[in-house]
Amino acid sequence: MTEFALILLSTVLVNNFVLTKFLGLCPFMGVSRKLETAIGMALATTFVLTLASICSYLANTYLLAPLGIEYLRTITFILVIAVVVQFTEMVIQKSSPLLHKVLGIFLPLITTNCAVLGVALLNIQQELNFLQSAVYGFGASVGFSIVLILFAAMRERLAVADVPSPFQGPAIGLITAGLMSLAFLGFSGLIKG
Amino acid sequence: MLNAILALSALALTFGLLLGFAAIRFKVEGDPLVDQIDAQLPQTQCGQCGFPGCRPYAEAIANEEAEINQCPPGGEATIHALADLLDREPLPLNPENGVEAAKTVAVIDEQICIGCTLCIQACPVDAILGAAKQMHTIIESECTGCELCLPPCPVDCIEMVEIKEDILTWKWPYPEPATVEQPTDNRQEATA
Amino acid sequence: MTSAPIRLWDFHGGIHPEQNKRQSTQEPSAQARMPAMLTLPLHQHIGAAAEPIVEVGETVLKGQKIASANGYVSAPVHAPTSGKIVDIGDYPIPHPSGLSALSIVIETDGRDEWTSYAAEQDYTETNPSHLRNIIREAGVVGLGGAGFPAFIKLNPGSQKKIKTLIINGVECEPYITCDDMLMREDPQSIIEGIRIMRHALQAERCVIAIEDNKPEAYESICKAASGVEGVNVALVPTRYPQGSEKQLVKVITGKEVPSNGLALDVGVVCHNVSTAAAIYRAIRLGQPLISRMVTITGKGVKRPRNLEVLFGTPMDELLAQCDVEADQIERLIMGGPMMGFALHDTNLPVIKTTNCIIAATREELGVERPVMPCIRCGACADVCPVKLLPQQLYWYSRAKELDKVQEYDLFDCIECGCCSYVCPSNIPLVQFYRFAKGAIWTQEQEQKKAAQARQRHEFHQMRIEREKQEREARRAKKKASRPRATAPKAPPVDGAKIADKMRDEAINQRESAAAARKAEIQAALARVQAKKSASPKPAQSPDKTQKSAITKKDNPTSTHDDDQQVQ
Repeated sequence: MTEFALILLSTVLVNNFVLTKFLGLCPFMGVSRKLETAIGMALATTFVLTLASICSYLANTYLLAPLGIEYLRTITFILVIAVVVQFTEMVIQKSSPLLHKVLGIFLPLITTNCAVLGVALLNIQQELNFLQSAVYGFGASVGFSIVLILFAAMRERLAVADVPSPFQGPAIGLITAGLMSLAFLGFSGLIKG
Repeated sequence: MLNAILALSALALTFGLLLGFAAIRFKVEGDPLVDQIDAQLPQTQCGQCGFPGCRPYAEAIANEEAEINQCPPGGEATIHALADLLDREPLPLNPENGVEAAKTVAVIDEQICIGCTLCIQACPVDAILGAAKQMHTIIESECTGCELCLPPCPVDCIEMVEIKEDILTWKWPYPEPATVEQPTDNRQEATA
Repeated sequence: MTSAPIRLWDFHGGIHPEQNKRQSTQEPSAQARMPAMLTLPLHQHIGAAAEPIVEVGETVLKGQKIASANGYVSAPVHAPTSGKIVDIGDYPIPHPSGLSALSIVIETDGRDEWTSYAAEQDYTETNPSHLRNIIREAGVVGLGGAGFPAFIKLNPGSQKKIKTLIINGVECEPYITCDDMLMREDPQSIIEGIRIMRHALQAERCVIAIEDNKPEAYESICKAASGVEGVNVALVPTRYPQGSEKQLVKVITGKEVPSNGLALDVGVVCHNVSTAAAIYRAIRLGQPLISRMVTITGKGVKRPRNLEVLFGTPMDELLAQCDVEADQIERLIMGGPMMGFALHDTNLPVIKTTNCIIAATREELGVERPVMPCIRCGACADVCPVKLLPQQLYWYSRAKELDKVQEYDLFDCIECGCCSYVCPSNIPLVQFYRFAKGAIWTQEQEQKKAAQARQRHEFHQMRIEREKQEREARRAKKKASRPRATAPKAPPVDGAKIADKMRDEAINQRESAAAARKAEIQAALARVQAKKSASPKPAQSPDKTQKSAITKKDNPTSTHDDDQQVQ
């Protein structure tokens, strides 16, 4: 149990994917203009990341490893992730229009999110088992969600604030992201050993 | 080597079949996006955007066949609303489609009207009352100011009249930017 | 009067601006001189403008109704004196926009002759709805400044039980003293008015609230109210904006009026002291609302005081009666310095909501300090009596983010101006809120209009489609029936065929009619062109002006905005 808690803590705060590993920066900057869309993106990512890390674990263990073709990992994972995302989108659209409205346009966007592939590959690299990879994927996505929502809330306020004109727009966004990253580095002392 | 090719091909085939099956099994009719876009448009049905009415324009935007800046009656507000909805950058109004003008309504000069009903047929919102050889009149509250009745009129008896502001429609203006940003020269007076 | 002190509560925020009330209470109030002309705007209240029921040239008597209420939220207008109607047309009115509105102009004849009127001596025998009707017909509106028709606030509906009737003698805005003078000089009318209101509302108790900066008024009202059962007088500590309805309800009853709600929702009705006096006059004397007390003050007048003014009196005449120094006046303000607005002209008429005219000098206004960026100090949130976040409202109003600004409850803002008053950066916060409110109303209206247009357009499309289908069906039927008609075996007495034939004929006729019409159009076209070329342009213009006058009259104007403002 402690192990899972540690994985969660590590992925959410200490080794945050966006702010310390610098993965998934494109949605972090791109979909953080409005809080509502950021929340939608966060939910969709949480969903897909967890699912993708499970699927890629299965693909790796039961397909690639027995056949001894682990060198095809990246391309297989891309394929798996793309299909999982597309398939879930279709199912959601049919079964729950409401959920589709929330996650809607973000699902296809996540296919190209490097954080998703990153998590899948890191799972294998760290030799995590099935449950561990699921928790790892979930933790990573929660970490992503937290910083995305925080950042969007800040950008919403920045958008209407008196920002000196050279810093307006993406410039102040990047400065804010940098400061957030510095702040998250402070978490590195959280877990000893 | 053969293993790898076979495995990947099998995987790709399975996934392809899965997606193909899902596409048929979970097909959804209708496009809610068009409705959402249509809801943002001013519904003047004027055709200034180059499409025959607001809904066709909404469809064109949804299919990315048209830009969001082609609606002069909606003006800046509509462009911003559409940009928000579609998460695109707001653009300035395309001057080819027209300029944002004050709201107007059509008024028929009843002395000249010959009762030809041509304008009635042209009106997209049935805001013109009248019958053949009878004088026509426009229901002002229903008129969208689209100007579509102007060209068919054989005697040019329809005129666009600007909607006048009265104390009921008057709204407080946006505080002048000058009072927000620039210090006035009162400061010099104060020190003098 | 019950002598037990009333428990008072507190409201959040508020400020203590410079009072400036002493100047105008130095001498007793007086009757203003009768001017030669009275201009009576038809929109002196919140709601729909009244509709004129007199004609130009007609002679009217004092107190005669000259315009009737148009709809439920509206109030009639009466002639303040006898005279002749000389014009009904657009005249500038005291309004922040500086626009003109339909007004009736009366040339006074100096006889000041009353029309006949009936006084309701024993109101306790009259049922409340009849009383409300009299009050409505007398044109009584809230005289505190908002001008909401008074009879509506005396109609709680059958389900709602009114616990407390609050009579607002707070007069928290600086400079204004008209209610103060009325309470000092004519407390009896106020008390009588309160008794009528209590009867109409069947209210359990009544509290008259007076701020402690008006000891004379308090004394006077206490004296008049002694011995009146169930009427308490509360001396409340001076603080702006205590006179605002929701804040006063909080102070007196401890209850908070819900967001988007009315005082009625917590079992309270609030009326101004002047309204009480006006109701007394309407019921017991039978006199409609034709005049009011107006404070004329500011350093621009040498003799600041209160005058009893007939509605329609031009403000410059009042200023003259207070020894104005016209060249000193920098700005003329109607209402108080916090919530009033600058007037565009000095000869605008006094209306039902004119409680104060401030002739402010340059020195009095102070140096206009430059507007600087917001430093997020939060002073505005400390003073906001509604506990809003003025700073957030400002950011979002400035960025025109209308959805966001509503999330921060913009519409609970009472525009009291406390936030602007304390702002160290001198940001005109209230102006931003007013702009945002207006923009939201405009947007809502446009959306409503668009929805209506969409519906009509869809119906139009459907109708055209249906007509097309019917035409095609007819054609198909015709085609189908024709070969049958030529077939020899078909009997000539085929009902369906006759019907078909008749229909064909009808279609033919219609077609020929269409052709005839086309020819007529051509002819008319030629005629008009001939006329156009023959007669020069001016021949048309009188028609046009006439026509625009007609269309304007027909134009129904919405009153939604103002209603919302009250609620």
